[in-house]
Order: sequence, then structure tokens, then C-alpha cells
Amino acid sequence: MINRIAAIGRYGTASIQSIGRAGQLLLNSLLWGGPGSAGFSDLIKQIYSVGVRSLSIIVVAGFFVGMVLALQGYNILVKFGSVSALGTMVSLTLLRELGPVMAALLFAGRAGSALTAEIGLMKATEQLSAMEMMGVDPLKRVVTPRLWAGIISVPLLALLFSTVGIWGGAFVSVDLLGLYDGAYWGNMQNTVIFYDDVIQGLIKASVFGLVVTWIAVYQGYDSVPTSEGIGKATTQTVVISSLAVLGLDFVLTAVMLGSI
Amino acid sequence: MRMRYIELAVGGFMILAIVALVLMAFRVSGLAMNTSGETYTIKARFENLGGLTERAKVSMAGVTIGKVTKIYLDPEWYAAVVEMEIDKSMSTLSIDTSASILTAGLLGEKYIGLSVGAEADYMADGDWVQDTQSAIVLEELISRFMFSKAEES
Amino acid sequence: MTSDIHVDVRNLSFNRGDRMIYDGLNVSFPRGKVTAIMGPSGTGKTTLLRLIGGQLRAEKGEGEVLVDGKDVGLMARNDLLALRRDKMGMLFQTSGLFTDLNVFENVAFPLRVHTKLPEDMIRDLVLMKLEAVGLRGARDMQPAELSGGMIRRVALARSIAMDPELIMYDEPFTGLDPISMGMIVRLIRGLNKALGLTSLLVSHDVDESCAIADYLCILSGGKVIGFGSPEELKNEGNDEVKQFLTGDPDGPVPFHYPANDYRQDLLGSSK
Repeated sequence: MINRIAAIGRYGTASIQSIGRAGQLLLNSLLWGGPGSAGFSDLIKQIYSVGVRSLSIIVVAGFFVGMVLALQGYNILVKFGSVSALGTMVSLTLLRELGPVMAALLFAGRAGSALTAEIGLMKATEQLSAMEMMGVDPLKRVVTPRLWAGIISVPLLALLFSTVGIWGGAFVSVDLLGLYDGAYWGNMQNTVIFYDDVIQGLIKASVFGLVVTWIAVYQGYDSVPTSEGIGKATTQTVVISSLAVLGLDFVLTAVMLGSI
Repeated sequence: MRMRYIELAVGGFMILAIVALVLMAFRVSGLAMNTSGETYTIKARFENLGGLTERAKVSMAGVTIGKVTKIYLDPEWYAAVVEMEIDKSMSTLSIDTSASILTAGLLGEKYIGLSVGAEADYMADGDWVQDTQSAIVLEELISRFMFSKAEES
Repeated sequence: MTSDIHVDVRNLSFNRGDRMIYDGLNVSFPRGKVTAIMGPSGTGKTTLLRLIGGQLRAEKGEGEVLVDGKDVGLMARNDLLALRRDKMGMLFQTSGLFTDLNVFENVAFPLRVHTKLPEDMIRDLVLMKLEAVGLRGARDMQPAELSGGMIRRVALARSIAMDPELIMYDEPFTGLDPISMGMIVRLIRGLNKALGLTSLLVSHDVDESCAIADYLCILSGGKVIGFGSPEELKNEGNDEVKQFLTGDPDGPVPFHYPANDYRQDLLGSSK
């Protein structure tokens, strides 16, 4: 019994310690500059490897999600005789919720896990230690550009997800279900407010980008440098960052709806 | 040359995102009206707004010509005051223009519809719309209908 | 500054988790010489290199690690990075080559990061370092295309790119074929002679180490049990040192891990 309580206690302190290390990592790596800091071209490279390479999955997923939303929405709205609200429904759902959340989840699966594996491997092959011994701070060299690439890429991906989704919805409702296209676009234009819906979605997505990338680089940086340890860290990245995105989504939505 | 390809790809990604943002602004949120400061403000007093909000559209004959900028309660009249920005290109609203709060569809957004009058003088910045019609509140309509039915029988 | 002692470890105690690794370790490494640090597995030879490089730090009051008279354990992070940049090189067991850069860029990395030299000068410097390890012809290859020995030589070229005064080798001979091993042996000796580097070498290979080291430092049980030239230790070292150098399976370090009496263990009831 005592042992069990002690085990719970140890688990608790280990978790808090881990959060502390993650916080330290973020503090030390968020700002640019320092010994051997990465340059602008490193940021471009990282945006390429986390952002551009996630583009195809985002676009395809966005299109399908938009189509499904339109199909489901049509079948519900037609019962109330208000299919004209379909465009509004599709666009608001995508802009406020699904765009940022789905983009962040897909990003976690596609780029987050790759980031963890990459940094874990750099640790296992002593590349990070070698950097340290060359007087280069691996946090500034390796972590900083990856963190910023995530913060920049996820909102852009979310934006593209929503855009493609809205057009996917238009394809289903206008071209397949025969809705008058003025009803789809017109009602959307009357209800969607650029500063509230579009911009707030982007803010959400930036926060998600930071959190997912942060978890991914931390898991890689803190992984046990063996193939087993890296595998575990990669799984952890996807699990923790998905939960973090969903939980944070609720908090952010509450804050944004509450204040406006 | 690999770096060149990466730069091109990232540049393309950024341009794609900017195009998406522009589409969001103009095609999706209908930010198309030229609100480049070239506006003037008119005010109207309503007895009941029925859910009209700031940034709601102001339209005439179905064409958006402005938006609601401010809503507040007039403590003397106990009525709602709505300030709206009208595009400068629509500077020929007669002084007896009437404003009513309308609903897009049965359950849609509230907006203000202006219909022009017959006077020769035009409204200027800060003028009041005299003839206003409040929002139709569904509950009131229904209860009025019920009472009249009850009286009939 | 130019004292004969380059690295001085004084009264160092260090624990990893619950395991005690050093208990009052005292050892001095002379300047400009090759010193091989040897000892049974798990005595913390690599840990010692990491402590000298400042990647690990001893607890406060648990001893000092002085490099050029300055305590590495008390340095601020940026001073430490500057010290490593200017004065130290380290060759890791797995070499730590950057897998996304080719051979040339790997060697150029520290120069590009730390200096603002023009491109043609960096090119000349890199080619000189690569020539020194005999891999000038492999400059455009990717790390994945290299053999184990070549990888280690590239990593060596990279760690001397900034002309350090102290270079540490972590098990440079492990996993190499005899030819590659011979090349590394020659390089370590050659670099030491040509550049006057202080070289610290962690290794299990007694023959190779004796061949190139000026001094051997033998660690066991968290203490130095022998320090001297290979001949001195072979002739005058204590029994444990001799056992280590000759590789006897039994001696002061027993073949049997301490256990109860064998007979009793077999006959006694299992508890």
C-alpha cells in the first residue's frame, strides 16, 4: 500500500519535473540569437520540412471534410427548410473549429512525430553532443528554427484547410445537390465576419502550432537515445499533442466567445 | 540548387496561404465593400433591435451599402440608437429615407434595409433617419395573432 | 597559463542516480601529451570526458575540474560554449556527424558558425583538414555513404577544424577493422606531434593505447589505481593494474561476482 502511494508520488514528481524541463526548453529556445544560433535559411528549411511537406495531406483532408460537412449539413437543414444556411454552416464550422483543430492534429501526426524522431536520432547519434562540444547551443541551432517553423506553418495550413474545405462544400452543395450558388456564398458572406471568424481561427491555429511543435521537440530532446526510446517518444508526441490541441481548443474557444 | 528548390517551395506555400487569406476576406466574409474611410455616418432610433448586432450590413434594394458601427441605448427616449456607416458613393439618400430591421430568411441574420423617400434634399453626416421600423419579433406577432383569434370567437 | 598540467581533476565525487561513480578522484593530465584513460567497463571513463567538457557537472563542493586553471563546473553556459569553441575538440564514439550535411559541410560547420571567414578561405581550411585525415577526395560524399573508419576520420577533421588545444577521443578504436584502426592510431599520434595537442583517449584496447600513449591512467572503483608510462605500469604497477594490462581472467578483480558459499547455496533451501 505504502509502496503504491510512493509510486504514485514518484510518478507525480516525475511528471512535474518533465513539465519543468519542457518549460525550460521553451524559455531557452523561443528567442533567436546566442552561440551558434540558426539563421534565416534554417527557418526556411524547417518551414519546408514541416509546412510544405504537410500541404498535400492538409489539402486532401480539407476537401473531404468540407464535402462531408456540406452533405451532413444539407440533410439536417433540409428538414427545417433552411438549406440556404448551408454555406454559413460549412464556413463557420471550418473557420472556427475544424480548420485549426484538424490542421493541428494532422500536423502532429505528420510533422510532429517526424520532428521527435529527427531530434531523438540526432541525440542518439551524438549530433547534439557534438554540437555542444563545438561551442554551439543545440537549443538555438536545432530547436529554435523548428519551433518557429511550427508556429508559422500551422496557421497557414489551417487557412488552406478551411479554404479548400469551403470550396469542397461548395462543390457538393452547388454542383452535386443543386443548391443555388448565390444562397451558398451570399449567406456565407452575410454572416462570416473576417476579424472574428477568420482571424480568431488563425490565432487559435498559431497557438496549436506552438504547442504541438513544442511537445514534439521536447519529446525528441528528452527521449531515451535508443531506438526503443525514440519510438516511444514519437508515440507520446502524437498522443500528448492531440490531447493538448483538443483541450486547449475548448479553453481558447471559451476565452474568445466570452470576450467578444 | 537544393536550397533553391526549398526556397521556391516555401515561397509558393506562402503565396498560396496569402491567396487563401484574400479569398477568405473577399469571397467568404464578403469584405468586398470599399470601406477605405470614404464613408459618412447616419443614425436611427429603433424601439426594438430584435438581435441586430454591430457590423451588421446596411443594404438598399438588397445591395450592401454600409454597416452598423455602434449600438447604444438613448437614456432619454429609452430607445436603441444605431449608428451606421454608409459608403460615400451612396451620398444621395433623401432626408425622408426610412430604415427597417429585416431578417435574412426566416431565421437568418438581422440587417438594416434602407428605402429611399421622395424629398429632394440629401442626408448629411450625422443626420437622423426619421422613419424607422423596428424588428419584427416573432413572439409578439404570434401573441397578437392569438389574442385576435381569441377575441373573434 | 602554460603550466605543465592542462587538465586537473581535484577531489572529484560524482554520482549518477544512486550509483557512485567517483569518490574523491584526483588526476592531472599533462599538456601536449597523449594520455590514455583505461579501466573496466562502467568505471566512468566517458563520464570523465563529459565532466572535462562540461556536459556533466559535479554537485557544488564535490570537487573541481580545472581546465587551464579554470573550474569548468562553475562556468556560465556561454563561457563554457566559448571555451569549447576555442580550446576543445571531442571525437564521439558514434562520431556525431550531421547526417543532413555532406563531408565538406560537416567539417566546415564549426568554421561557418563561429567565424565570418570568406568562402574561399573556409574552402582552403576545410580541404587542409580533410587532407590531414586523408579524405580530401571524399568531400562531396554523404555520411551515409562512408565506412565506419571514414566517418571517424571526418569527425576527427571536424573536431580539429577550430584548432583546439585539447582533444578528447571517446573510444576511437571500437568497431573498426584493423586497417582503419591503424589509420586512427597514426592520426592521433600524428596530430599530437604536429600540433602539440593535449590528447585524452578513452579506450579498452590495451595494445593500441600502449602504442600511442605517453601515459596511461587506469581507473577502477572510482579511483585512479595507476598512472604512468606504459612501461612503468607494466613493470611496477600493482596487481590489479597488471591484471588489467595483461587481461588475466582472474586476479584482484575476481572472476566470480561476490556470492554466498557455493556449496551452501546449492544445498541450502531456496528462500
